[in-house]
Amino acid sequence: MSFHLILFLAFGAVCVGGAVNLLAQRHPINSALSLIAVMAALAGEYLLLGAEFVAAVQVIVYAGAVMVLFVFVIMLLNAGEEEQTNGSRVAFLLGVPGMLTGGVLVAWVVLRQSGSETVPIGALPGRPTDIAQLLFHDFLLPFEVTSVLILIAIMGAVVLASKPETPAGRAD
Amino acid sequence: MVPSYVPLSYYLLLSGFLFACGVVGFLIKRDIITIFMSIELMLNGVNLSFVAFAAHWHALAGQVFVFFVMVVAAAEATVGLAIIIAVYRTRETLNVDQVNLLKL
Repeated sequence: MSFHLILFLAFGAVCVGGAVNLLAQRHPINSALSLIAVMAALAGEYLLLGAEFVAAVQVIVYAGAVMVLFVFVIMLLNAGEEEQTNGSRVAFLLGVPGMLTGGVLVAWVVLRQSGSETVPIGALPGRPTDIAQLLFHDFLLPFEVTSVLILIAIMGAVVLASKPETPAGRAD
Repeated sequence: MVPSYVPLSYYLLLSGFLFACGVVGFLIKRDIITIFMSIELMLNGVNLSFVAFAAHWHALAGQVFVFFVMVVAAAEATVGLAIIIAVYRTRETLNVDQVNLLKL
């Protein structure tokens, strides 16, 4: 067993544990913290695959910015434990066997199709200069379009989250 | 450097497991914020398979697509959380079973 495989299994165990914990916890703040653990471990997996830029962006954007937003909203709304309802019991009965069936199916297909193909460590130069060459040359138009998307998202968030203005001065 | 290898199928299995956990969370959770986090979990699972395939096929474009997925996810999280705040302001609840009307 190579060191690379051991690292993969360690990060993978954190991922699996965090994902299962996200489902098991009833309080949203606990789910959010386990999701942060999953994202940090995924950054480790990206490093193992040689994708240094993606690993850094994963930590900065996902585990940093997006999850801070989540935690901030959970605290802002003072979200409590979720309540069990009839619908959630039905969804539980249908969802878990459905996931098991789908998971076994996917695992079977993946293991059957792929023989002994392996991903060598550091096979791909994921250096920021190479990424930049692609991003600002081949994918320049999509990159510029995403900047417009972000701008629209910012404006939408400000409009949606701001308090509704009522001329009558309704207490809100 | 001594070459060391992990089978591509391991990465795909981990990615599929994360995606499946996201789907189950989306189905069984009743808290609107946790449902939203399940969507993020699904996106992360897909990202892992993108990077694994990029490394396997020596195609750097896969990592650029992960970057785009992250940008879209960030925009989606911003708007989605603003919608959650708006919903909570009008309904005083985060339970999706009680949010069954588009209008007040």
